[in-house]
Amino acid sequence: MAFDLDLALAAPYDPASASGYREHPERMGFFTDTSVCIGCKACEVACKEWNAIPDHPLGFTGMSYDNTGGLGASTWRHVAFIEQPGRTAGADGAEFRWLMASDVCKHCTHAACLDVCPTGSLFRTEFGTVVVQEDICNGCGYCVPACPYGVIARREEDGRVWKCTMCYDRLGVGQEPACAKSCPTDSIQFGELTELRTRAERRLEQLHEAGVGSAQLYGHDPGDGVGGTGAFFLLLDEPEVYGLPPDPVVTTRDLPAMWRQVALAATALLAAVAVTALGARS
Amino acid sequence: MSRTSQTDVRLDGTRDLRPDREAITRPGGPRARGERLMVPKADFRSYYGRPVLQPTPWSDHDIAGYLFLGGLAGASSTLAAAADLMGRPHLARAAKAGAACALGGSLYCLIHDLGRPARFLNMLRVFKVTSPMSMGTWILSAYGPPAGLAALTAVTCRFPRAGRAATVTAGLIGPAVATYTAALISDTAVPVWHDAYREMPFVFAGSAAASAGGLGILAAPVTEAGPARSLALIGALTEYTAVRRMERRLGMVARPLKKGRGGVLMRLGKALTLTGAVAAQTVARRDRTAAVAAGAALLAGALCTRFGIFHAGLQSSRDPRYTVQPQRARLEKAEGEGSRS
Ligand code: SF4
Repeated sequence: MAFDLDLALAAPYDPASASGYREHPERMGFFTDTSVCIGCKACEVACKEWNAIPDHPLGFTGMSYDNTGGLGASTWRHVAFIEQPGRTAGADGAEFRWLMASDVCKHCTHAACLDVCPTGSLFRTEFGTVVVQEDICNGCGYCVPACPYGVIARREEDGRVWKCTMCYDRLGVGQEPACAKSCPTDSIQFGELTELRTRAERRLEQLHEAGVGSAQLYGHDPGDGVGGTGAFFLLLDEPEVYGLPPDPVVTTRDLPAMWRQVALAATALLAAVAVTALGARS
Repeated sequence: MSRTSQTDVRLDGTRDLRPDREAITRPGGPRARGERLMVPKADFRSYYGRPVLQPTPWSDHDIAGYLFLGGLAGASSTLAAAADLMGRPHLARAAKAGAACALGGSLYCLIHDLGRPARFLNMLRVFKVTSPMSMGTWILSAYGPPAGLAALTAVTCRFPRAGRAATVTAGLIGPAVATYTAALISDTAVPVWHDAYREMPFVFAGSAAASAGGLGILAAPVTEAGPARSLALIGALTEYTAVRRMERRLGMVARPLKKGRGGVLMRLGKALTLTGAVAAQTVARRDRTAAVAAGAALLAGALCTRFGIFHAGLQSSRDPRYTVQPQRARLEKAEGEGSRS
């Protein structure tokens, strides 16, 4: 777990087993199919209600129907709205595309937030998800710049970091997370990750057959830079259009190389002092 | 192609046909007239120009301050050990006292920056090599007591044997204290900090050596400060070279190191450090006042460099361009290779 520097992506990598759980349930995840999202924000509301998340300043952003702005310490689901008036259309020239997508913590297979946490507050659950223990977090904030998706954040009036727990309390008693439960179109689907991945492949095929060439899966591939995500998406445009990084890599992948460089530099510093000392003596 | 029952998507289905107006904005606002474009016009898309990454919740006073103080403390301890062994008591004492003060300041900064300072001992719950902050905590725990003891025995002139042992121990751990902080900031998704992970430890080692040399020059009599002057020169040159290599290799991601607040601080740091190092080798060899000025310039230079790197990092995570463009380029390269094979 903590000592697992070797991120060799030996498939199938199971994060719960890798974290030391001998017996554990199947890895659970979210599949967010944005092609059926209607932007009702029920997920945002349900998440706030269930997790008793404090209010965050509401304002007018001018970003279509999005007045939440993004994920943060007090917004664990965020619905993005993207207006795209088309360039070619039917005779009336009125074609218009309105993209909506509900974003969430990705519960990475190789989670940078968890790797860098110096207190052990962030941990891997038996469901393969990533959760913060609030009674341990001391607010060092290291996980915040470590997350390649900009998910986890510090609540300044509270001093600790917060993010989606995939409703760990609900999962424990066999309930689905609040957002998935409330989603009226099943844009947010919750379930065993392997099954969700198959379902997503099918849906992608269906859309491609219907002529939606822009449909693409995001985060489903265990071979990507974070080893695949526990929450993955079907998008209708490039990820960056939704504010997602196109090719995120877990920063700790390079950590062995970083430590090597640090060791070299430290040795060089020691040598430099020794040389100056010897030079001064002669 | 059938045109029935598509509700949510364009019919053409090609990825390269982009809709006219998309959720792109130009980060940084409109350019002033006559301003030259340093990079090709923004060829990337984003969600209303909003950052992909969260802002790093660290204050520059605490964390950039700590990067400076930790480097100063670590390198000073090593210099102190060398001065001790060579029989330069004044230089040794100055370096030990400086290291202890810098260590005190470091601890204050680190605890002050926590969201829950009262819980700082939670850092000692685990030992994690995947977390440079955890490793740093243990390095500091090993370094603190001998560094403190070395200073105490030097200032009070008591227990010379224990003092010698503590001095050597602190001197050996010192380089780790001065350089692990490079891994600390590189082990993040912040583009400038992460991508620079090869050179950053050398930038920090050089900067730490320059500042420790500066402190020795400033505080010790000129007759004893020879090793400090050499160390300052080596440090300044190492830092200069490493920063140059870093900027070259990073390409467009290095831009925040050259422009804006980070750029100003980096340039100032470079000027002060190089001036200080040159002055130390010339006028400061004889003249005490010049030595104080040279030492101060070196210290100020190291401080500016650390603040510069810190702010460049913040800038690179504020602007989605630095996250999206390199990743896009990487994907396109992989795709190109894939289709060729
Ligand atoms: S998306 Fe960010 S916060 Fe969520 S598990 Fe991955 S690194 Fe951690």
